[in-house]
Amino acid sequence: MKSPDVTGAGLAPTRTTLPNGVALLARRTKTTPAVTINIAIRAGSVCDPADAPGAMYLLSKVIDRGTATRSADDIAEALDGRGISLGVTVTRHLFSFICTCLADDFDEVMTLVAEIIRTPSLPEDELETRKGEVLTMLRQDEDNPGVRATEALMELLYPAPHPYGRRAKGTAGIVEGLNRDRLEALHTSRFAPGETTIVIVGDVEPGHAEAVASRVFGDWKAPKPAPVAGVKLAPAAARRQVVIPMMNKAQADIAYGFTTLVRSDPEYYACWLMNHAFGQYSMSGRLGDSIRERQGMAYYAYSTLDANLMEGPLLIRAGVGAANIDRAVASIDEEVRKLVTDGLTQKELDDSRQFLIYAMPRALETNAGIANYLQTTEFFGLGLDYDVRMPDLLRSVTLDQANAVAKKYLSVDRASVVIAGPYSTPSA
Amino acid sequence: MLRRATLDNGLTVLVQEEHTAPLASVWCWYKVGSKDERAGLTGVSHWVEHMNFKGTTNIPRDQVKGIIEQFGGTWNGYTWIDQTTYLETATKDALDRMLFIEAERMANGLYHPDDCESERTVIISELHGGENDPDQFLDQEVVATAFKAHPYRHPTIGWLTDLETMTRDDLYGYYRRYYVPNNASLVIVGDVDTDDALRRAEHHFGKIPRGALPPRQRTVEPEQTGERRVTIRKPGTTAYLKIAYHSPAIDDPKFYALLVLDAALTGAYGLNLWSSFRLPPPQRSTRLYRALVGKGLASAVNGSLLPTQLPFVYIISVTATDGTPLAAVEGELVDELGKAARDGITPAELVKAKAQLNARLVFENDSVTNIAHQIGYFETIAGADVFTRFRPRIAAVTLEEVADAARTILTESNRTVGWFDPLPVSEVA
Repeated sequence: MKSPDVTGAGLAPTRTTLPNGVALLARRTKTTPAVTINIAIRAGSVCDPADAPGAMYLLSKVIDRGTATRSADDIAEALDGRGISLGVTVTRHLFSFICTCLADDFDEVMTLVAEIIRTPSLPEDELETRKGEVLTMLRQDEDNPGVRATEALMELLYPAPHPYGRRAKGTAGIVEGLNRDRLEALHTSRFAPGETTIVIVGDVEPGHAEAVASRVFGDWKAPKPAPVAGVKLAPAAARRQVVIPMMNKAQADIAYGFTTLVRSDPEYYACWLMNHAFGQYSMSGRLGDSIRERQGMAYYAYSTLDANLMEGPLLIRAGVGAANIDRAVASIDEEVRKLVTDGLTQKELDDSRQFLIYAMPRALETNAGIANYLQTTEFFGLGLDYDVRMPDLLRSVTLDQANAVAKKYLSVDRASVVIAGPYSTPSA
Repeated sequence: MLRRATLDNGLTVLVQEEHTAPLASVWCWYKVGSKDERAGLTGVSHWVEHMNFKGTTNIPRDQVKGIIEQFGGTWNGYTWIDQTTYLETATKDALDRMLFIEAERMANGLYHPDDCESERTVIISELHGGENDPDQFLDQEVVATAFKAHPYRHPTIGWLTDLETMTRDDLYGYYRRYYVPNNASLVIVGDVDTDDALRRAEHHFGKIPRGALPPRQRTVEPEQTGERRVTIRKPGTTAYLKIAYHSPAIDDPKFYALLVLDAALTGAYGLNLWSSFRLPPPQRSTRLYRALVGKGLASAVNGSLLPTQLPFVYIISVTATDGTPLAAVEGELVDELGKAARDGITPAELVKAKAQLNARLVFENDSVTNIAHQIGYFETIAGADVFTRFRPRIAAVTLEEVADAARTILTESNRTVGWFDPLPVSEVA
């Protein structure tokens, strides 16, 4: 088959750094008269104080409820009147502000978002209301087998004091104990221009995007945050299994996983391809073939790889009925064992590689997709031409390399397994 | 520009060129959904959709995997009350492959008995996964209570006992009855040449014979004459409230007035089920957000007004904050809805609602996949021109029309109230 031109000249975004350290990436598109603004600050949940996991999450819920010059109602009117929904999210490493607005509204929206980031007023009454929301979300999570299984698995894989093992939303006790002073101190210590990347994609000239960014962020000054301490990770030495009985549920969630590698590890591309063939390709790779397609046990069975600044997890997930839990775990064991012992075939590797390369135009079709991609490449320092280089990075992976990382990171005897659902005791 | 053609076998083909990315999206839509199912066969439309990913005469089972992925493509499908649809989006050089897959799916599904059996448990697992979510479970119960006669009342996934007893012949018979070209629309959007795309559509679909037009359900839901209530008491941690009102179909001008009213009450989601409903609406200045979330009674409130062929229900969903009694949430919600029914909305709210809806129309049509979805979705339930006329129809909505919609729809006798009132959870077997 003829190779499609998947990247052409590439995205070729412009990148500038403001004198205070704010990085700006911009890319003009003219698909729709709209612009996606994606601003990320390196202030994710790894920055939660050791005694207050969930603090960054609560901050994300209240940070856009007032600034030095605007009330929560003012902000709501300014956004709603333009049809904008501002998403404020916290991942392990990033605190993000993402929205799409009409191109005509770009200048005003950037001004507003910059104000939210730089001078949040964190009103006491709003904080109390948002705490109530987070406490309700924690209660919902308690009743959600998928959340319970995943959180328990992360705790197993990343025991304290590793930040990846902590619940991003914290606990009810912690949330109730957090106050405005604590959140304000967290904002002051973690939000800084040198930690900030602005990505602008849409129907706006990069030069104009830079001028606006300079106007609203150029005079921002804040001390450089203290580095987040690394934590030495000891991979599991033996198999572990935890059962969370949730007898009111119709089916169980299985979370099964391993710690793997950092994103900058040279073996990353081999691991990416290995995981894709194992738990993603087409109807969820080998796992989907076995558990859903051949055995009809589950609506979903797949794996994800989250290589990050610290060694990220490879997670296998499946949702299965009570009668099939032991069989499903045994099937995952069997697939892991086969992968480690026999490896992938050359065809499986080639199929995944071709898919990932040829899927790039889809991933980079919308403004939001491009903005997310550029934010990720900036975060991991992959370079402005990463979209052009990525196909060759994948092409360079050999079958031996993909199979070697499977052997290195996966093992039935060292798997961590959590079952949450209508299941009380494992069968003999 | 959207071009329409009809093949000799009755297949409607709709093509729109979009040259913004080297991609093409193909959707094949069938006028069959859960409203076409009879008692005992609920869920059959959705199960048939699953079976149509399990190989055809010319795509053997072992060649399904990878057939579109080798072009970097994605494929999927969904079933709802009025429609069943399948899509592929891939690089434009895969256009022939995408059309081939859809033509095979229309004419040559295998329905191997072993695959039917294996899929039974997959679908039951999907049903149980939905039941794990109390909000989704309540939604199903509220709709079932709001309708007493029309088949919109049963969930698209089906009732469990029907899924346990349906046979391969039930599935295959249903497939053959509804999967005929004169009951379908093919939509192609992307970096294609319209004339070339039409030729290829003719090549792949032209030989599929026309079928007898399938029978349609004739039941019309009788007017609701009093409030209905349903209370779910199951173990859980969180309380949920829903109020459903019978609402107009897409071809009723009152639909647009209710759309504007919903934007003022809960924020504008837009009209694209494939994309908009994955993004939260702008809503913090809306009436219900301020009354419920703003006052700490709820952690979330949402409105759901979906474009449907026949009158469906407009549902307002609320998640109560931990410790807040549902009666207090309901009281506040009913008060606010009463105000809207009595006084309508303000001129400022009208302007804001229209601005939100217009912005969502831009945001929800940002990819070939999303545009193709909209063309096919509306062609299936009312005609593709509905999609191209949204902007003027929304612009034309007046304050009086919104007030009339509020007064006539948000009535006590037209509502169904649902509570999920959780019992304490025991973790002991």
